Amino acid sequence: MRVLIKGGRVIDPSQEINQTANILIEDGKVKSFPKDIKKLEKESDLQVIDARGNIVSPGFIDLHVHLREPGFEHKETIRTGCEAAAAGGFTSVVCMPNTNPVNDNASVTEYILLKARTEGIVNVFPIGAITKGEKGEILAEIGEMWEAGCVGISDDGWPVMNSNLMRHAMEYVKAYGIPVISHAEDLNLSADGVMNEGFTSTILGLRGIPNASEEVMVSRDITLAELTGAHLHIAHVSTAGAVRLIRDANKRGVNVTAEATPHHFSLTDKVVLNYDTNAKVNPPIRGENDVEAIKEGLKDGTIDVIATDHAPHSEDEKKVEFDLAPFGISGLETALPLSLQLVKDGVLTLPELIKKLTVSPAKIIGIDRGTLKTGAIADVVIFDPDKSVKVDREKFRSKGKNTPFHGWELSGCVLHTIVGGKVVFSG
Amino acid sequence: MVFQQKHILGLKELTAEEINLILDTAESMKEVSQRDVKKVPALRGVTVVNLFFEPSTRTRSSFEIAEKRLSADVLNFTPTQSSVVKGETLLDTARNLEAMGATVIVIRHAMSGAPWLLARELESSIVNAGDGSHEHPSQALLDLFTVREVKKEIQGLKVVIVGDILHSRVARSNIWGFIKLGAEVRLVGPPTMMPQDVEKMDVKVYYNLEEALRGADVVIMLRIQMERQGSGLFPSLREYSRFYGLTRERLKLAKEDVMLMHPGPINRGVELSSEVADDVHSVILDQVTNGISVRMAMLYLVATGGGNA
Amino acid sequence: MPTKVVMDSETVSRTISRISNQILERNKGPSEIVVIGIRTRGIHIAERIVNQIEKLEGIRPPLGTLDITLYRDDFRRKSEWPKVQKTHIPFSVEDKNVILVDDVIYTGRTTRAAIEAIMDYGRPASIQLVAFVDRGHRELPIQADYVGSKIVTLQSETVEVHLQETDGIDEVVVVGK
Repeated sequence: MRVLIKGGRVIDPSQEINQTANILIEDGKVKSFPKDIKKLEKESDLQVIDARGNIVSPGFIDLHVHLREPGFEHKETIRTGCEAAAAGGFTSVVCMPNTNPVNDNASVTEYILLKARTEGIVNVFPIGAITKGEKGEILAEIGEMWEAGCVGISDDGWPVMNSNLMRHAMEYVKAYGIPVISHAEDLNLSADGVMNEGFTSTILGLRGIPNASEEVMVSRDITLAELTGAHLHIAHVSTAGAVRLIRDANKRGVNVTAEATPHHFSLTDKVVLNYDTNAKVNPPIRGENDVEAIKEGLKDGTIDVIATDHAPHSEDEKKVEFDLAPFGISGLETALPLSLQLVKDGVLTLPELIKKLTVSPAKIIGIDRGTLKTGAIADVVIFDPDKSVKVDREKFRSKGKNTPFHGWELSGCVLHTIVGGKVVFSG
Repeated sequence: MVFQQKHILGLKELTAEEINLILDTAESMKEVSQRDVKKVPALRGVTVVNLFFEPSTRTRSSFEIAEKRLSADVLNFTPTQSSVVKGETLLDTARNLEAMGATVIVIRHAMSGAPWLLARELESSIVNAGDGSHEHPSQALLDLFTVREVKKEIQGLKVVIVGDILHSRVARSNIWGFIKLGAEVRLVGPPTMMPQDVEKMDVKVYYNLEEALRGADVVIMLRIQMERQGSGLFPSLREYSRFYGLTRERLKLAKEDVMLMHPGPINRGVELSSEVADDVHSVILDQVTNGISVRMAMLYLVATGGGNA
Repeated sequence: MPTKVVMDSETVSRTISRISNQILERNKGPSEIVVIGIRTRGIHIAERIVNQIEKLEGIRPPLGTLDITLYRDDFRRKSEWPKVQKTHIPFSVEDKNVILVDDVIYTGRTTRAAIEAIMDYGRPASIQLVAFVDRGHRELPIQADYVGSKIVTLQSETVEVHLQETDGIDEVVVVGK
């Protein structure tokens, strides 16, 4: 089956293309960029997608997603998570190991990949745990997990508190060439906190998580990365101080990359003023200063990618007292419109934004995706950046309806998502 | 003016006008409590549930008496004895009570924001009897009432709140209330117990008790929870009471007609010396009496007010 | 709106005198009576009656004020709920003849509420009602013992008792629609 995407504005940062063009896909790969398609269009066995007036880019890659399977299927499954990803324009997702059982050995990795192959409509790349059970005590079988297909290691959901253990993990993983993804949080400083520490937490009477909790760990991890030479990737950066530390580390040539989530550049902690648990997330939504710093970081390249930290939960779990609600925002299906706001606000150009969702994440986990060069696997997304959308969580494909953006009027709508040459979503 | 609020969740959401309306209504309610037959039929046939997740005999009794004086039907629901132990969520518990006909739910809960959850999801009126470290509106209102009775005007008074401000819902509600009515509020306590950015509430922060007490009209002492000892917030009760405990000598630094208040129960010898607790300046027992009148006013206004009429 | 004056200032004065005398006659003197005025204008009328009795007999019966808002039966039907005002009854009603004073008696519901309120203060020997104006249209079986003036009104009309103390002039007017 061949697919012709005609007349769209193709933006492919990996080849620095930004112009109207046609793309022909054959056998699941990008075949060519035909200029004259009049004869081609009439051929049989050809699916034609009219992309005139829309943007065509490599499919987005989300470096930080919680698919919840195995173990938490009431929150999300690999099937529903992938459907949500496709609806959000993502053709590849990288899933975190805090499942049940934890993905700390090759069998769980293989289980996830098997499920993804049979039920997932987008590509799934698993992250293996750093420590067994994510307990932070002893190393997990990183080599075997890498062999089985893991593209990085992380104890996400938790930090590795023991600095010596983190050091060893960073050294050990050099043999496999994959990054260590750090969830930077000092558990003693964050001590039962449920939101950002600041004026809002004071008037709400909720325990706060100070910026320092993240910054102390970012600083430690950068220092260890310098010591070991490992590739460190900082997950979900949320504070101005963290951005500053990463920027300085970059200047010194440390091999560190970083990601930020849409909720961390679109909201301040005032969103929690009515105790809306849909805005309860870890790291928490911070203050204006921090939001500005993250935008600066995106602009000057300190923050390399945008990743959603898609963390679905069931409605019942969130409809409880604020202290008791689990942390997490279901983010796959609001990522594009929220990120396009950065273009509207002049923080990034559209090609720069797309880079942060395609070629940059691909590079970090070392996969040959995020590009539309000839011969590449045809993972494509076609979207209309100007179409008005009103966020409606009831329409989410994800099982997780936990979003603080419900009802928001934004622009940006995914029209088609193509994985390996096959259309898996049409909006 | 008509009381438009369907709920009383905190003083942050009330205007000065609304606060004054509650206090004025409490005056009439106080008169009811001075009669022989301490009852009026205003809430006859209204079912009020006291949903107390935290043990509290004094606040709950106060609400209960207030409800009975208004002729309401009262149900006391203390979840330790019931289905919450079996794992029922707060919402399900409250929904069940609503299904039984509760019009007003008075809730005390250990977690900040619990009343908000109920207000969002239920039809009933919710009255906050204290949620976590967030607000305790009836306590602040009775404090305001007690001060207003004696001082007539709250405007311009120097009010000092002493103790563990960080964990205190009484402090937060009192700050909102006194500031809205024009008083100057000073907070005193160890630096580890001052919440982040609290100066943004328009208060002055002191770490030295003597300095803060100078010229004070009202002193509100907060309870120090014994469990906080050893938590890293202060080294020992001994040291705490040496620096932040109120003694007769320290009280002399305040104005001669200073009012000494405490939400109770008192830890004699910790935040207050025994002699000062029984001192002529202490209005602690008046606070308890006024608590009933103020709670009657709150319940009356919420049950008959705009949200329910 | 057409306004008709049904009692002028002199008539108001004389009516207060007459009622005061009637009270004294029926109760055989001022000693066992207490006077309670219902907010708001009932209070001023009550005060004038007490003054008049003092003038006539040299004894001033105790005077109290009653706010019946907490006893109303139209609770939860009104969107304009009046503010609760002070009730001040600084004497015992036990075994006394309570002279309850209201400016206008209409449906009778205010009187019922007032009776219930007074019962919560004790057990009076009797409750006697002074209605300065009886405008008819009773909805409950309640009658005034002492009536200033009985007038026929339409339900669409309102009766206003104006007094020096509150309105600067003594008169009773009927306001039509």
